[in-house]
Amino acid sequence: MDPVILSRIQFAITAGFHFIFPPITIGLAWLLVYVEGRAWRSRDPVYERTGKLFGKLLGFTFAVGVATGILLEFQFGTNWARYSKFVGDIFGAPLAAEGIFAFFLESTFLGLYLFGRGRVPKPVHWFSILMVAVGSVISAFWILVANSWQQTPAGFAIRNGRAELESFWAAVFNPSTLPRFFHTIVATLLVGAFVMAGIAAYRLLKNGADEIGRCALKLAVPWGLVTAILVVFPFGHWHAQQVAETQPEKFAAIEGLYTSQRGAPLVLFGLVHVEPPELRAKLEVPGLLSLMAFGDPQAPIRGIDEFPADEVPPLWITFVSFHNMVILGLLFIALTSWGVVKLWRKRLVESRRYLRLLLWSVPLPVIACQFGWVAAEVGRQPWIVYHLLRTGDAHSLTVGTGEVLFSILTFGLIYLFLGALWVYLMIKEAGHGLEPAIGQEVMA
Amino acid sequence: MDLNTIWFLLVGVLITGYAVLDGFDLGVGVLYLFARSEEERRIYLNAIGPVWDGNEVWLLTGGGALFAAFPIVYATVFSAFYLAMMLVVVALIARAVSFEFRGKLQGPGWKRLWNGCFGLGSLVAALLYGVAVANLVRGIPLDEVGTFSGSFIGLLNPFALLCGITGLAMFTMQGAAYMALKTEGELQGRMQAWTVRGWTAFVTLYAVVTLATVFAAPHVFAGIAAKPLFWILLLAFAAAAVIVPIGSRAARYGRAFLASSLSIVSLVGLVAVGMFPRLVASSVDLAFSLTIYNSASTPRTQTAMLVIALIGMPLVLAYSAYVYMVFKGKVVFDDASY
Repeated sequence: MDPVILSRIQFAITAGFHFIFPPITIGLAWLLVYVEGRAWRSRDPVYERTGKLFGKLLGFTFAVGVATGILLEFQFGTNWARYSKFVGDIFGAPLAAEGIFAFFLESTFLGLYLFGRGRVPKPVHWFSILMVAVGSVISAFWILVANSWQQTPAGFAIRNGRAELESFWAAVFNPSTLPRFFHTIVATLLVGAFVMAGIAAYRLLKNGADEIGRCALKLAVPWGLVTAILVVFPFGHWHAQQVAETQPEKFAAIEGLYTSQRGAPLVLFGLVHVEPPELRAKLEVPGLLSLMAFGDPQAPIRGIDEFPADEVPPLWITFVSFHNMVILGLLFIALTSWGVVKLWRKRLVESRRYLRLLLWSVPLPVIACQFGWVAAEVGRQPWIVYHLLRTGDAHSLTVGTGEVLFSILTFGLIYLFLGALWVYLMIKEAGHGLEPAIGQEVMA
Repeated sequence: MDLNTIWFLLVGVLITGYAVLDGFDLGVGVLYLFARSEEERRIYLNAIGPVWDGNEVWLLTGGGALFAAFPIVYATVFSAFYLAMMLVVVALIARAVSFEFRGKLQGPGWKRLWNGCFGLGSLVAALLYGVAVANLVRGIPLDEVGTFSGSFIGLLNPFALLCGITGLAMFTMQGAAYMALKTEGELQGRMQAWTVRGWTAFVTLYAVVTLATVFAAPHVFAGIAAKPLFWILLLAFAAAAVIVPIGSRAARYGRAFLASSLSIVSLVGLVAVGMFPRLVASSVDLAFSLTIYNSASTPRTQTAMLVIALIGMPLVLAYSAYVYMVFKGKVVFDDASY
């Protein structure tokens, strides 16, 4: 097998699996900043117990995130040595900055937060979860800087066969950094809201009187609505506009625009046929894509036909993952709006059907994040650094096929095992301290 | 002092910080294999529970800093050590998750699984760091453009294995010295014995390694006697080596731990002095070695990174010190414990 394909598979498995966990920890950390703040200021025991439960779940998830993140710090060197040599003058700096500004902060204060309850004064304890939350956002910022530079490189010059830094700030704030950062961070907040809401629903389905469940649900559902709206508008919209501007091939692929045209339609649904590229059974709104991308319903947009065949990303996977992400994004708005209406009518906690829906929706925002990530990274292909270095020219020449196959199998099995255990234990821990419902006791 | 030298020092500081701090975590993990009861195991885990994660960040940041400052070394060494790197990562993952997974379910099989993961993960990592350093010092097959042509088996040469075992002894000493601070009574007595045992093995192996280096990597000693830093570090190492067993036997555990840490600092320092300005020796021809000059990023990047390090690292040291203050003293169980 081709060592490039193998290294790509390994990167996709390991980065994709890791990317399940940070959104959950970032999202939960910020919710905990609020919960622990209320627990400290109002001395309300319900908030305190809610903080304790979700704090433990945060700690557990964080540990799996850290464990699966170790490989990522080294994998650029092990599997992508030619890439590392080419971008090392630029790409290493954000990784190091992430360590110095974020990893230390998160890890050190998470230890203080988890083990310091009752040991340090309350304000210090609250400050520790705040620092975990701040650290996790700084971490996301720097890793997204690195990723954005691959997508829209800036602030460099090609010298000595590599990209050399010309302007630090131009590289950090390259054209896609800020749109990607805001879109992604709000997505993580949404993930946190759904995880908290789902766990609250799980507890309330077992015991409708559970105070932790009530407290968490009433916080997570409105927060879910706010973040579900923001992730689509303005941030998702802004990010898509930037892609239209800076990576037209990717934009054409994710939107399913295969021929250049004025007044391009927005495709709501379609079946991708790759050779020749066409959309079948499509449902589209004329002119809307042009309007959304460039603010003019007649604006010309370049389609796939305008680019050389060897510079076009895979069409099927980019279109499908992007559209599934958007559909899920709209679903989140609908689902949380419905919940907020129920909350307003004071029927949220009692609606078992809605609680069941929330419970089963927990994985959906995580899946939406994965779709978004796939659309972004596959949409960048065939480039590992957009228009500068091809993915096929970037892997380590000294690493053999057998070695990569071996590491894929090793990490694949380990991650499968860890993932299954994590899900099982999260469900188990989510019910921690639940008292049996009165009605259920009678039935037993 | 030029930027390249400054970054040589800074990467060295990160590696030293990792070796001292996660060094005791790894040592605790190795000693954990010899724990006698469930309660003892919990003492081990909670002794490092609040701090191990932060300690491991020194490694991740070291990796990032190496990438930023000396990208050619990052790319060449990590791809050359492919299988060894994967093994280290598997060991670190096994260790990291066992803290959390272990206590979540009951049952002897479950506990045994994670006990094994934690202990063996620590052991494998503690062993492989020495192997890796030995190969960088002794030299790996790099041609004139820095392409590696060796194999995984080639990395497991006798000299490297000897250094691996030396590192294991060093981390065990460090772990035991730390545990003596966190325990009381009979367990503390055993930790004291392990400190001295680890120290004896470490100092003996250190002498053997030094002798072996004369043959395996003579370039390390070329002109070293003229460097004042070499003599200072050697003296520091000798002083630390004397204080560890004396302090430990006299129940001055804080002093023994600091001396043990100092011995690690000075050992890393001595290796660095011997290597400077090389980062990776080439066994084909010493002239093909990767140095702080031929594998560096540009001065602009190194300057930007220096600013980041100067802003960030004092903060890191300050809040890390605070957290160590909060959790100092003997292990006590509460409902946050593992």
